[in-house]
Amino acid sequence: MADLRVNIGTLILKNPVMPASGCFAYEYEQALDLSRLGALVTKSVTPKSRIGNPVPRVCETPAGMLNSIGLPSHGQRYFLEEIAPHYSAVSAPLVASVSADTAEEFGMACEVFSAPGIAAIEANISCPNLEADGRAFAMSATDTHAALHAMKKRTRLPIWAKLTPNVTDIAEIARAAEDAGADALVVANTFLAMAIDPETRKPRLGNVMGGLSGPAVRPLIVRMVFQCHRAVKIPVIGCGGIVTAEDAVEHLLAGATAVQVGTASFLDPAAMVRIIEGLEAYCGRHGVARIAELIGAVSIDPGITDRWLRLAQQSG
Amino acid sequence: MKVESHSCEVLQHDWVNARYKYLRLRCPAPLARATVAGQFFQLACPHGETEQPFLRRPMSVYGIGPQDERIEFLYHVKGVGTRALERLRPGGTLEMFGPLGRGFRFSPQWQRILLVARGVGLATMAPLVPLAARAGVGITALLSARAPSDLMQEEFLRGAPAQVHAVYDSDGSSAVDRVEALLRDVLLRQRFDMVYTCGSNRLLFLMQKMQMRGEAALEQQMACAMGVCLSCVRLFNEGGEKVFRRVCCEGPVFPIATVSGEVQFG
Repeated sequence: MADLRVNIGTLILKNPVMPASGCFAYEYEQALDLSRLGALVTKSVTPKSRIGNPVPRVCETPAGMLNSIGLPSHGQRYFLEEIAPHYSAVSAPLVASVSADTAEEFGMACEVFSAPGIAAIEANISCPNLEADGRAFAMSATDTHAALHAMKKRTRLPIWAKLTPNVTDIAEIARAAEDAGADALVVANTFLAMAIDPETRKPRLGNVMGGLSGPAVRPLIVRMVFQCHRAVKIPVIGCGGIVTAEDAVEHLLAGATAVQVGTASFLDPAAMVRIIEGLEAYCGRHGVARIAELIGAVSIDPGITDRWLRLAQQSG
Repeated sequence: MKVESHSCEVLQHDWVNARYKYLRLRCPAPLARATVAGQFFQLACPHGETEQPFLRRPMSVYGIGPQDERIEFLYHVKGVGTRALERLRPGGTLEMFGPLGRGFRFSPQWQRILLVARGVGLATMAPLVPLAARAGVGITALLSARAPSDLMQEEFLRGAPAQVHAVYDSDGSSAVDRVEALLRDVLLRQRFDMVYTCGSNRLLFLMQKMQMRGEAALEQQMACAMGVCLSCVRLFNEGGEKVFRRVCCEGPVFPIATVSGEVQFG
């Protein structure tokens, strides 16, 4: 049996598979043994309570879906008192996702979540920054740095920065997060998107625009995982379009140390366990003793372009 | 595990009229024993050349049993998902997970129940009919449809005795004020231990206005169907407070009195 353990900084995960924030809650206990997961990642909690966006909150698209749920949240106290205790008997480490309106609020939120039972904090910096005209923190290297800096000051827990793919140069954002002390990167959130029903002429989402996820985005995210892995030394957690174990392997080869599974769980609530079993089978099939060997192990021939040019010149 | 994916065999799949189709499955597990009236399954509608539905489709059960591995659906062929589903042939396979959600309350001690259905809403309440018939509980049904050809009274009752009031759009008898008069008359003459409704917001809010106590099965667009994604919320009045509830796992069956009027957007 292959060793599926991976390290995210000081945190050792028994396997690299965990849920994506917003796509997991305690209810999945009915469909899988939560202790089999590498980690648990909760839906983003905001310091203030929020009611969320108007319905419809989801719609399907070719090989994917749009969502605009709007982070409904009962606040952090409710989370600590009512949600977190559900997971106390689960062996997988609990990663609490936080979202906030300002860098300072992010810092305070991390202080509140520095509580027993929480192993790490995922900072959803893909949400709008009220101090920057609603632009997501992770759309700007400066705002990313400021948010991470405010959080690192207020907690000793590891901070995972969840980046947005809605940027021109994700490596620049990745470096800003690393410089500010982020312990890992989650690459990435959903792509800003929109769908319109031609029959009714109405947007398909109550909030008009939403985030695209699912297999449709996987090649885009695999490219971003590859770029971030090259740009930073901290672990990259791949998140985008993973449905099968082979999709997870693709993320690992691109440079991910672990992966998050989101939309696939909506199609099969036991998807994450299926992927863990598939990774064991993959390692067996390929003689991989430690899954960590796969991280960034995409086999790229560095001389191919030069040889290609030489060949073209000779034959020309 | 309580919720699992099952590969089910299509035993029968026929049109019951121009718009509705009946589907009978043989499941690889005794799902009929685990399923109650009002619950639903998440169906993986098969991909074809023209339709590739990405999300699962929640569909309430129309028939439970009598064999432990039999589950039936009755559905309106309407959108991308049901057009894809419609192409399944006997012998084919349908992937689904469930049963999901909270079903209807029922007691064999009751004397009489009232079922108020509009369109395919009758499919959701149909599993109550054999329950009541077996327990000797009287059934009164008010069925509303576009036209007599859409009513599906036989599909609903499947031979069970019932007092049926049918109303139609085609002759104007389904108009809310006329249904209200009809319901008042029915309520004067019979006493019901339980009232159920499904398939029409207009009927639901009429029953709410008439202060009829009972249960309504609701619909909402879903993704996970297990209470995780928070996409299928609707608004409810509970003890003077407005609260959002997830239709998938806190419903789809709710007390009629608590359902709040839907806000229409766009």
